Amino acid sequence: MNWWHRLLRRGQMEEQLNKELRFHLEQHTADLIALGHDPGEALRQARLALGGPEQVKEQCRDARGTRWLDDLWQDFRYALRTLRQKPGFAAVALLTLALGIGATTVMFTVINGVLLKPLSYAQPDRLVLLQEQTDWSTQWGDLWAFTYPNYLDCRRESSSLDIAAWRFTGGTVTEPGEADYVNGRQVSSELLPLLGVSLARGRGFRPEDDRLGAPPVVIISYGLWQRRFAGSPEAIGRPLVFDGKPYTVAGVLPAGFRLGGDDADVFTPLGQDTSPNMQNREAHRIRVWARLKPGATLSAAQAELALVGRRLAEQYPKSNKGRTFIAQPLRPDVGDVGSTLWLLLGAVSLVLLIACANVASLLLARAVSRERELAMRVALGAGRSRLVRQCLTESALLGLTGGVLGVLLAAIGVRPFVTFWPGSLPRAEEVWLDWRVLLFALGASLASGLLFGLAPALRAPVRNLEPILRAGARTVAGSSRRLHSGFVISEIALAVVLLVAAGMLGRTMLRLSLLDPGVNLRNVLTARTALSPATLANTGRIRTAWDDILDRMRRVPGVEAVAMVDTVPMREGNNPIGYATTPAAPPAGKQPLVLANSVTPEYLKVMGLRLLEGRFFDDQDRMGSQSVVVIDEVMARQAFGGQEPVGKHLWIDLGMDPVTVVGVVGHVRYWGLAGDDQARVRAQLYYPFAQVPDKYLRRWSELMSVAVRTGIEPENMIEPLRHAVRAVTNDQVLYEVNTLEKLAGDSLARQRFLLLLFGIFAGLALLLASIGIYGVLAYLTSRRVPEFGVRMALGASARDVVWLVLRQSLGMIFLGVGVGISAALAAGRVLRRLVEGMQATGPSTFAIMIPVLVVAALFASFLPARRASRVEPMNALRQE
Amino acid sequence: MTSKSDLPQGTLDLLILKIAALGPVHGYAIAQRLQQVSRDVVQVPQGSLYPALHRLENRGLLAADWKETETGREAKFYRLTRKGRAQLETETASWQRLAEAVGLILRLSEGGAE
Repeated sequence: MNWWHRLLRRGQMEEQLNKELRFHLEQHTADLIALGHDPGEALRQARLALGGPEQVKEQCRDARGTRWLDDLWQDFRYALRTLRQKPGFAAVALLTLALGIGATTVMFTVINGVLLKPLSYAQPDRLVLLQEQTDWSTQWGDLWAFTYPNYLDCRRESSSLDIAAWRFTGGTVTEPGEADYVNGRQVSSELLPLLGVSLARGRGFRPEDDRLGAPPVVIISYGLWQRRFAGSPEAIGRPLVFDGKPYTVAGVLPAGFRLGGDDADVFTPLGQDTSPNMQNREAHRIRVWARLKPGATLSAAQAELALVGRRLAEQYPKSNKGRTFIAQPLRPDVGDVGSTLWLLLGAVSLVLLIACANVASLLLARAVSRERELAMRVALGAGRSRLVRQCLTESALLGLTGGVLGVLLAAIGVRPFVTFWPGSLPRAEEVWLDWRVLLFALGASLASGLLFGLAPALRAPVRNLEPILRAGARTVAGSSRRLHSGFVISEIALAVVLLVAAGMLGRTMLRLSLLDPGVNLRNVLTARTALSPATLANTGRIRTAWDDILDRMRRVPGVEAVAMVDTVPMREGNNPIGYATTPAAPPAGKQPLVLANSVTPEYLKVMGLRLLEGRFFDDQDRMGSQSVVVIDEVMARQAFGGQEPVGKHLWIDLGMDPVTVVGVVGHVRYWGLAGDDQARVRAQLYYPFAQVPDKYLRRWSELMSVAVRTGIEPENMIEPLRHAVRAVTNDQVLYEVNTLEKLAGDSLARQRFLLLLFGIFAGLALLLASIGIYGVLAYLTSRRVPEFGVRMALGASARDVVWLVLRQSLGMIFLGVGVGISAALAAGRVLRRLVEGMQATGPSTFAIMIPVLVVAALFASFLPARRASRVEPMNALRQE
Repeated sequence: MTSKSDLPQGTLDLLILKIAALGPVHGYAIAQRLQQVSRDVVQVPQGSLYPALHRLENRGLLAADWKETETGREAKFYRLTRKGRAQLETETASWQRLAEAVGLILRLSEGGAE
């Protein structure tokens, strides 16, 4: 018989045991009667011989080896019964736990989806990322993207890896449908099979597509297929004009396919890229992914790549000296959300801890009032471990039920949470409840159950039963007081940590939103601009096209000024370059850096920059005239110290000869309101777009944005401006259109989001801690009612009694605050490291947040105190 | 009555197995038989008989069926399983070895005293 079998047939087995023993007794009695004893005496002797029937049965049950299971079942039913007897207690405990576990589970679900789950490609553990590594470092480290020739060599020579490559692109789709800018990827023909992606329609790229001069083919995303081809099966073979070039649609990707972050709509063969960089062993612009062949190991692949690297370094010393290739497991690229997520999980765990402390003190209060019952059971023969097990079964039942409710809450809550995330949460589509989450929730529930159940369970009495049995409950209360205070103190300490963290974030938000961004945020619209693909052919046409765009925009009613800019303040993307103040430039990598920004003359007016010295650019600063730059105040200090910067020369990494500083403007918070203070490169430099050398012009044109100052609400200007830019050829588009105010707001989105969540957590913590204090004090004072009765009978006033109770709680509160402050200081350091723009925990934060807590805690203790003061002395004394 | 001795640890199981080896038998009969065969020397506390039976059943050395006795009552009859028989043989052998060894030693000490 298996143990579950035994469990199911418990009733039957008990019955059989009874029957067997009864048979024995009856036979024995009958035999004794036959020997001449009278019936009564015979039964007595038979019973005596057998021994106590209950003990025998108990030993037989033990012998069956399913004792623990029987006990568990019994404890479970007992726990259920006791919980049902006190529905109020059960409801409060379950709600508290459900909130704590639910919130923790939501955070873990997000962490699981974003950080822990492997990539959603086939057999992700066999995928590796290849990078170039140099034995020297620049300010960006020693890891590099691949060059196309290096990639080809590695692919040809590796026998343990299947290797594929891709890179980011983007461009204007003009046919079919309206012209619009889309993100794209150039992929090698091996990539999709390597990832195990099968197309929804059509075919993938073949090796013969993946070379120069092959007929242009394109694979489109499922979304683009729906938008531009209405999901028609006839899309395969139809033309798609991308960046002015007609492609034939070869295939459609499955819905939800992602490659490297944001959505991409157009996939073209990498090998068809005509850029000269494709032959350049110094143009690092290719991402290389690979899959380990069956049986191959990462270290074998690594050794092989090192060999290739060494050979190439000998063959091409100019580009490849000191350069090798490394392979590491391919991980999802989720940017820096990890720190935010772990931070939130930490915060939410504190809430769960408070919830556990709360339930523990509730359970403890009950355990103490049940102390006599427990002592009675010990006296009747229950073992201590048996009692501890029974208490733990009860808390495990609470924990698991709370966990089930918590998982339900999490299932409801996780989608709104993801939607609410500032910006877009990377891998949001991967966030859902799976077995890992359920396992986590189970673990969290059991751990909480153990955490809040252990203290009451270990209080199960063992020795000195007699005083407990003899004493009134009153005398017992004193011994549990320290444990109760322990819970209150830890709850308060945890609440302090969360409150102070929320306070720090609040103060930071306030400070950051009051900062001067350096530009006038009102009524500015920024957008990236894609020129008509036809104009990109030669530099003369590019310059005319830009002039034309600016002209058209300027003529739109409501526009006050228009400028081009390559780095828009507070938007992603930047271009730090090295500079020197003398012709003898220090070696690359050692130079000081400056954020270089090419702009047109009206930029000063559009952004409302403060001109501190000299002049800004005008139309005379053009190709052939003196090369000029304008610097900001930070750069002026950094490069020239106290000297007058205007008229000085600078040598910068842009292929221009020494440039002359003609003006100084105010500092702009390019890195966002929060990030700028800690940015690595804070110096800023502007140079005229008109003086960008021809060789860079095409590349620059892909990066330029326009910025427009409007006289009216900028949102209303978007459509007219789009229309104006579209031009005769109908293929020039504005994209990533934003107001500067929105960009500034977004640069604080993370801080705002954290503030909101920490605010909620801190509020929750405050509420739970207050409930905890209330519960513990209500319990402790109810135990002291007879004492209060005596005091009042001896002349204490109601006020004295209130003070007595409050003094008790004040002691706990201040101890908790003390512990909390030191913990909060430590937590503050963590926050400072993880959140941009955070400042040290100032005393003012404590000064504001701690009174909030003390007042709430005192309010919670006042209710039981007042109740105690209204005790009728005679009634109280009669309770004895 | 005064010459009753307690069973050495573990021998109760061996005796039960031996009696069950003679054919299916119920608990009361085992108690009777033990007492008769040992001529009342071995006093089996009846209270420990049933836990021992259940333990042996649980270990698969005994199997049990409900059958009618000759008096027409239902009783739980225990019989030896194949595993039980093997256990009985090894335990009997080791018991005899032990008994001989103990006997040898006792005789030796008597000879020394003469």
